[in-house]
This record gives sequence, C-alpha cells and structure tokens, in this order.
Amino acid sequence: MSNTINNNCEGCPAYSKSNLVRLGVDMENVDYVIAMAGNPNTGKSTVFNNLTGLRQHTGNWPGKTVIRAEGGFIFNEKKYKIVDLPGTYSLLSTSTDEEVARNFILFGQPDVTVIVVDATRLERNLNLALQILELTNKAVLCLNMMDEASRNGVEVDVRALSKELGIPVIPAAARKRQGIQELLHTIEEVATGKYVCKPRKIKSNSPKLNHAIEKIAAMLNKEFPGLPHVNWVALRLLEGDNSIIEAIKSGDLGNINVQSPQIQV
Amino acid sequence: MEDIKNTPSDREAILSAANAARWDLDMDFHDTVIETIYQEASQIARKTVKQKGDKAAYSYDLKIDKIVTSRWLGFPIMFLLLALVFWITVAGANYPSQALSFLLIDKLHPLLKSAMEFLHAPWWLTGVLIDGAYLSMAWVIAVMLPPMAIFFPLYTLLEDLGYLPRVAFNMDSLFRKVGAHGKQALTMSMGFGCNAAGVVAARVIDSPRERLIAIITNNFSLCNGRWPTQILIASIFIGGLVAAPFAGIVSAAAVVSVAVLGILFSLLVSWGLNKTVLRGEASSFSLELPPYRPPQVWQTLYTSLIDRTLIVLWRAVVFAIPAGIVIWLVANVKIGDLSIAEHFIQWSNPFAFIFGLNGVILLAYIIAIPANEIVIPTILMLTVLSSKLSGIGDGAGVMFELDSVADTANILHAGGWTLLTGVNLMLFSLLHNPCSTTIVTIYRETNSVKWTALATFLPIILGLIVCFFTTQIWYLLQ
Repeated sequence: MSNTINNNCEGCPAYSKSNLVRLGVDMENVDYVIAMAGNPNTGKSTVFNNLTGLRQHTGNWPGKTVIRAEGGFIFNEKKYKIVDLPGTYSLLSTSTDEEVARNFILFGQPDVTVIVVDATRLERNLNLALQILELTNKAVLCLNMMDEASRNGVEVDVRALSKELGIPVIPAAARKRQGIQELLHTIEEVATGKYVCKPRKIKSNSPKLNHAIEKIAAMLNKEFPGLPHVNWVALRLLEGDNSIIEAIKSGDLGNINVQSPQIQV
Repeated sequence: MEDIKNTPSDREAILSAANAARWDLDMDFHDTVIETIYQEASQIARKTVKQKGDKAAYSYDLKIDKIVTSRWLGFPIMFLLLALVFWITVAGANYPSQALSFLLIDKLHPLLKSAMEFLHAPWWLTGVLIDGAYLSMAWVIAVMLPPMAIFFPLYTLLEDLGYLPRVAFNMDSLFRKVGAHGKQALTMSMGFGCNAAGVVAARVIDSPRERLIAIITNNFSLCNGRWPTQILIASIFIGGLVAAPFAGIVSAAAVVSVAVLGILFSLLVSWGLNKTVLRGEASSFSLELPPYRPPQVWQTLYTSLIDRTLIVLWRAVVFAIPAGIVIWLVANVKIGDLSIAEHFIQWSNPFAFIFGLNGVILLAYIIAIPANEIVIPTILMLTVLSSKLSGIGDGAGVMFELDSVADTANILHAGGWTLLTGVNLMLFSLLHNPCSTTIVTIYRETNSVKWTALATFLPIILGLIVCFFTTQIWYLLQ
C-alpha cells in the first residue's frame, strides 16, 4: 500500500474531474498563491503543466525553468496562482536560482509551498525539503516519480515520511497524471487551514551556534514583532546574506508580516 | 500595523550584533549547518525508504553512462549521434521540402502572377509583391520548415531521454579550458539546428559572463539554413575533384570539416573573449546526470513544434518579406543602363577578389541577411543578371533554384567561379554575420547594443581574414 499511488479518490462520489478548471496564464484576483520548489529534474514543470494546463517545455535535464513561470487554476471554486520556481539543490548559496527561490518563499509568503521530490532519490532531495521547511510552515511534499521508484524496487513509507517531516506527503507520477487530484485536495486543505502543518525544524548540534541564533532571533523579535521564521533569518544574518541585510537596513523585513500576517505554529 | 517603531539605529544594532557573533563562531559554522541538514535527511531516509532485493537501482543507467561518458568512446558516440540526427534531418527534409516548393513556388507563384495580371496590376507592383515579397517568404518556408520540424523534435527527444547532460559532461573540460561554461556544449548543439534557438537556450547558463560568451559564439555552429549551401557548393566544387564514386563521401567530409572548424572557432573565440573583454573564472556547476527515461513522444512533438519551430519560422518569415522586396528592387531599379545590383557587383568585385570571393557573393550576403536559406537562390539570380546569361531563371529579381546540381554548376562556372571561390564561399558561409532573426534575438537576450554589435561583426571580420589568407596561400601555391 505504501508504495502504490492511492487511487481510491477516483472511486469516491465526491471525486470529479470538473473540480479542476485549468486557467493557463489567467491569474486575476486569486484566492491563494502556491509556490512550487524542488531539486532540478524532479518533474516540477510536469506537475505545473498538469495543474495549469500550460505546456511549459519540460526536459530531462537540470535547469529547464530559468525564468519564474506562473500559471493559474480553479479548484473547488477557489482561484489559485501557482509559481514554478527554478530547481535548486539547496537554498544556502548565493547563485541566482537559489536567491530567486529563497526570496519568493520568504518574502512572497505563498499560501502553500509544494515541494516536489524524486522518490528514487529521496535522501538527496530531502536536504532541500528540510531547508524549505525552515522558511515556511505551510507545505506539501509531492513524492513524484513513484512509478520509477517501484520499477527500481524502491519503497517509500509515505505515512512515516509525513510524520517525520510534519507535512502531508502525496505520492504521485506526474508524467502519468497520477496523484494530481490528491495533491489538489491537500493543497486546498493546507491553504484553507484545515490541515495544520507542524514542520520539522533543524536544530544544529553546536551549542555555540544555537546560542548565537537565539540571541539574534531575540533581537529580531523585538524589532520586528511577529516576524515569521526568525531563527532562519538569524542564521542567514550570521552567514552575511546580503538580501536579508538590505531588508533589515531598509526596514522592509518588518513589512513581510504586514502584508500577510502569519501566526507561528 | 503602520507603527513600525524600530529606528534605523536599532536595526543597525542587530546587524552589528550579528557581525560580532559571527567572529565568535567557528569558521566552518556554515558547514556545520549543512552537515546537520544532511544528517537529518539521511536519518529520515533510513527510516522511510526501503530498497527491495539486492539489485542496485540504476545498474543499467550506470552501465550506459560508463560507455557514453567514457574517455575513448564518449566523443565518437556523440559525433555519431549528431551525424545521425543531421542525416535524418537532411534526408527526411528532402521530400517535404520538394513538395512545399512545388506547391508554393511552382504552382502558387504563377497562379498569383496571373491573378495580378487579371487585376491589371502594374508590372512593378507584381514584381515587388509576388516576385519579391511572396517568393522569398515561400523560399524560407519551403527550405526552413521541414528540417526544423525534424531537427528540433529529434533534439528534444534526446533531451527527454537524458542524453544531453552526458554531452555537457563530455564537453565540460574542453569548455572550461577556454574559460567558458560546460553547458555551452548544449547551446552549441542547439545552434546546429538554429542559431536563434541556440541563443535563447543560453539562458540555462547562470553566470552572465559565460552566458554572453555562449551567445556571441553560437553563430559558429553551422545552422540548418547553411547546411544546404555547404552541401551544394561542396558537391559542385569539391566532389567534382575526385572520381564519381567517391564524390559523395568527399563532399560530405568537406561539409563535416567546415562544421568541425566551426566548433574550433567557437572554442577559440570563447578563449579570446575570456582573455580580453569577458575576463573571469569559469564557474563550476554541479550537473546531476539524470536517469534515462523513455521520452514522452507526443508531448515532445507538440512543445518542440510550438516552442521552437513555429516561433523561429515566424520570425524568419517576418524578415524574409522585406528582404524579398529589397532583392527585387536592387535587381530592377536601374541607374543609367545598369541595375543597382549590377552597379554594386562591378564596384565591389575588385575588393571581393582580394578575399577570393566576388561581388555577387557579397551582395547576396548583404541582401539575404534575413535568412541564410535564400543565399543560394539570390546568388544564382544575381549571377545570371550580372553575367547576362539568357534563358535561365525567371527574370531579374526573381530568385530561383535549379533541379540539377550540374545546371547550377554551369551557371556558377559561367559566372567565373573557381574551386577557390567555392572553398571561400563555404568558409564565408560559416564565418559571417548571424541572420537578422538571430541578431534581434541576441539583442533581446542581452539588451545591449554593444554585445549585439560584437556578435554581429566579429564573425564577418574573422571570415574576411580567413578567406584572405586562404586566397593568398592559394595563389602562392599556384
């Protein structure tokens, strides 16, 4: 069961393909904004095309999505805008791709971040997933390429993974359009707050570093009350991240929560 | 929430606290953080992932990779595959090209002419619209559409299959040595299909410096529009040097040499740019070799047709229409006894001879700038016009192509062409300015007149230098 894609929804009366209206590039007055992140070559663009009905060029090599791609869809009468971020291996370096992805998740404050991972390379993909969970509390893991995983004898315990990460995990095979309905339902649940994520946060085992982070985080909390993900911002400050330094200098960091107030879970 | 009560000085305090704390930390705290993340990821993976059986995943992929990226077989396999793609393109495009040219040029063109006659349109209007604008558009579609509609899907299939990252892997060290990005191998291969598409493909390179190098040097990839010129001229002038049974192989070898020369120029110019105006370190990049996957054939056909073929074709058509008008006008507007074209050809001949070319070639490359595809038809028309041959072609300003290579050879020989002219035309066809579609694309991608100008003029200068030396050495050896 854990390794097969759950197709039970298709038998259930509530299931209806007409729930999904693909809007292509029409993105006026949206209710929710979804970000899509993941390692290169995990099929992000394929998932994106499945949801929006757009035909963004997909290819079997890293780095296809160079510019940020956006599209829209309606699901259960709510309008969603979805932003396909460039694929990256991490969010900690200074390359353009990583900055685009990082800044959008942090400053764009998407309602849900869909993390697309390759089920056959889960360990490597989890590195990025864990980093994303530092930036956002509302995320869904799309465990893509399940068809390839079973072909290669890789079995993933979906429930255990979901428990470890503290976010819903949806197995999928986007190239075969499997798992997309379930992904949509879960996106909706997380966006509306029906499902409350409790994402795993990284705790370093260096007491010195933890102390420094706590100290800076406390100062940030005082200056920018209600700032989400203070620990992460503090870590970035320690690393000398220029975009964060600029945001603090100009005071823009405080505006993040003005635009979209968010309660720390 | 508009009472943001913190002041700039408070905010500075945070920054200085962070700076101070940074000095207290170990130098490698960044690594500590990354290590922590990796540990947690592997912990989670250990708890949730099970590998069934002993079979290591992707043993096939590893075996294939050992062959296609091996030191000895990597390059030959790459060239063989590329040659195969070209062969399928050239051979497969032949029939649809002939069908399109039969329909658009042999059938529709006379029909449109008689329609204009029926409407009592003045002769010059028929000339400008039908012989000029319509005919050049028809040429571009007939010659360009079939090869692009074959090449791009094939290229995309290789991409979908997962082979292209292996090409980048193989070529990486070569490109790094000249200070360029390994992914330039990919944009270069794309350029063999169409330089405009290759320039757009350079978006996959992050570093602006290396992206510029890839954009500027893309023109050295012999594009689809230039292959027919190469093949025709090689069969007339080089294939003719050997006995008939070997003519095909020898001329094919000559064309491939020109393409390889293009790759060498691409590397050489990348190196030169890296040493002069675009100095810097080659940035490293991690390239994951993705698993081989069965390609999604239908989706590939759809996206490569819409994204690449039709967009590129549309741009070419937009530029070909005014070019057709200009071609007709220079051949028909007369100053004194001679047309503008003849004036230019006579005036530029002495200059062109220094480079082993002639005025016809220079003029053809100037007015056929929108598309390399119309260079040969324009050359034939201008040769007939300037050498006053009669009974060939359809009149001044009307581009044409001949069914047989022998007829084309006769015209060119009558126009005073020699083996040297043929060789130089092949070299100049490789080394001249990009077509106007590509120039506009370069401008759109770089947003800079300076780099667009460099990308435009650098190849012409190189082409003239190469032709000059070829000619001078030729005369020395005579």
